[in-house]
Amino acid sequence: MLRTFRIGGIHPPENKLSAGKKITALAAPKQVIIPLSQHIGAPAQAVVKKGDPVKVGTLVAKAGGFVSANIHSSVSGKVNKIDNALDASGYKRPAIYIDVEGDEWEETIDRSDALVKDCTLSSKEIVDKIAAAGIVGLGGATFPTQVKLLPPPGSKAEIIIINAVECEPYLTSDHSLMMEKGEQILVGVTLLMKAVNVNKAVIGIENNKPDAIAHLTKLATAYPGIEIMPLKVQYPQGGEKQLIDAVIRRQVKSGALPISAGAVVQNVGTAYAVYEAVQKNKPLFERVVTVTGKAVANPSNFLVRMGTPINTLIEAAGGIPENTGKIIGGGPMMGKALVSAEVPVTKGSSGVLLLTKEESVRKPMQDCIRCAKCVNACPMGLNPAFLMKFTVYKDWEKAEANYIQDCIECGSCSYTCPANRPLLDQIRLGKGKVMGIIRARKS
Amino acid sequence: MILIAVISLGAIGAIGAVFLYAASKKFEVYEDPRIAQVQEVLPGANCGGCGYPGCGGFATACVKADTLDGLLCPVGGAPVMGKVAAILGKEAASAEPMVAVVRCNGTCAARPRTNRYDGVKSCAIASTLYGGETGCSFGCLGYGDCVAACNFDAIHVNPDTGLPEVDEDKCTSCGACVKACPKNIIELRKKGPKSRRIFVSCVNKDKGAVARKACANACIGCGKCAKECPFGAITVENNVAYIDYTKCRMCRKCVAVCPTGAIHELNFPPRKEAAPAVSAAPVKPAVAPKAEAKPEAPQTAASQVETKEETNQK
Repeated sequence: MLRTFRIGGIHPPENKLSAGKKITALAAPKQVIIPLSQHIGAPAQAVVKKGDPVKVGTLVAKAGGFVSANIHSSVSGKVNKIDNALDASGYKRPAIYIDVEGDEWEETIDRSDALVKDCTLSSKEIVDKIAAAGIVGLGGATFPTQVKLLPPPGSKAEIIIINAVECEPYLTSDHSLMMEKGEQILVGVTLLMKAVNVNKAVIGIENNKPDAIAHLTKLATAYPGIEIMPLKVQYPQGGEKQLIDAVIRRQVKSGALPISAGAVVQNVGTAYAVYEAVQKNKPLFERVVTVTGKAVANPSNFLVRMGTPINTLIEAAGGIPENTGKIIGGGPMMGKALVSAEVPVTKGSSGVLLLTKEESVRKPMQDCIRCAKCVNACPMGLNPAFLMKFTVYKDWEKAEANYIQDCIECGSCSYTCPANRPLLDQIRLGKGKVMGIIRARKS
Repeated sequence: MILIAVISLGAIGAIGAVFLYAASKKFEVYEDPRIAQVQEVLPGANCGGCGYPGCGGFATACVKADTLDGLLCPVGGAPVMGKVAAILGKEAASAEPMVAVVRCNGTCAARPRTNRYDGVKSCAIASTLYGGETGCSFGCLGYGDCVAACNFDAIHVNPDTGLPEVDEDKCTSCGACVKACPKNIIELRKKGPKSRRIFVSCVNKDKGAVARKACANACIGCGKCAKECPFGAITVENNVAYIDYTKCRMCRKCVAVCPTGAIHELNFPPRKEAAPAVSAAPVKPAVAPKAEAKPEAPQTAASQVETKEETNQK
């Protein structure tokens, strides 16, 4: 009997169309747009100005606070301008425009394919290197990695959990990475273990990727302390709290950090980025992005430089199909419809999904029939139907009393609702309001 | 038999009455009778426009306050405050009547659509997701959160323009729409003599060229109006002009020089040279000055952009 998390969850059709496709590296485009807010927390501050020459891997923006991340150039060329650009948030925000000339890398980066296993650095040096490389959680939440590796005083990490479940339908970027860069990922995991000073790590992989499970299990025999754990396919298992529950059977209290359960959770893509940063001196400036969709000619996994406009990726996968209704940044469950196909790939872009008109249409909302399907689906044990109601009536006190702030915005409630009610849309709004009230009260 | 029942019930009733009377005397809470009197003359809309929780809260505040300075029922205005002052024997604060003003003139015709939103028809929700269906991420979304917030039926979305319009006769300047608008487009402004007012009907902070591309009616921050204004009432900040209504003397010079028609004048008599019909709806300024000023606009916008970048680099 395979493990999974114990409350709620759904199992949408997997549609992993690009599974088994090799990772193809895309050439840099003519111009990249590198947003200064690619992570949760304070925006980075630009350290280059118009006309400055940059190389691949040059630091172009410095972290703007404790919870923030460095940003590096993904191409070589000249800074064209620093201006507002439309990004995946749907708003225009500051970004660095770089015109591409050639492909010259910083000399410090080790570009060879050779696997570097040994590391003599101390845990602090590893964390510093990760911070310098601007690594953030690559699963999509983009929380700066170094912050997670520095547990607050009084808490102690016991285990590293690597999130390789990739529970979002359609997406295969982590899957392809595991198949091609298995050794590097395992070295990355040992580095993470060293960074937080633990001797145990579990890589959780959903059972719909048997090839990845077999591949990593074989490799992991050479890496003491790392265990590969196949998990039952269940959405949203990639949620931090859900994964902790699935793997070590502990629940994180409302409002508490995962470290309170003794776990540090990192995405498998992050582990690979950590390997590259620490062993190869390569900052985070490219990532694997899945381009997929039922009407897409050639669903693929691309290795893309940050700042590449997503229409370049779509072109490489066969162009925008005629009956495309929406372009989603991310997966179908938690992704967001993009305003334009010109938004750049950022650190948080795990996939680009093209939905057909029929798939993307919202059905008309009907009255709630109190079937409680959403209650059964909610992985946080909340009551989405009520939370939506409290938001509509602006009853923030009741919303808070019913833990609206614990919602992880996975969308299971909206997915399962037979009356097509926009549960998550409303709850997300209410969550924002309640979080604001809580912050105001604390300060 | 029936007599026993009547007597016993009567006795229980009498004991209860004595007990309740004693309790009501013992635990009596004194309430100023003037609170009820004041509440009587208030409109009773409980809109919260005064800043207090409902008319009861406002009445209590009026009675407790030493003076009525700063206390105003925006719905009732001066007449109601006069009555309140009479009851309390205090001086009523004089306040200029205000009215809600929608500072966006990005009509469907002026703002080309760049995408379509099919989520919940709520400005609050849409604005958490993205900037809007057009290239302007500052302008009105048009889903009518302000309409839902209005207790007085004073604001409605015009289906032709896609923008909300304020019914001046019904607007009580309670400010509910101002709070409801996630884009901070609606502002309470002085109603002005004969309801005449001038305001910049745009809040777009993008650089001139970007704003212009997104919306033909956008304020491009060229600063012509600020130069023209003889009273120093206009400031240009973050690429958007703002008219301080306490300084504005209604000369209308700014309206004439605005190259995009972003400055609106309301309820003025028609000008001599151009005579568009004047109505309560926002009136576009005369066409002639707009056409004249057009060729100069890009140049001004460009110089604006450069100075902005210099300050950024510092």
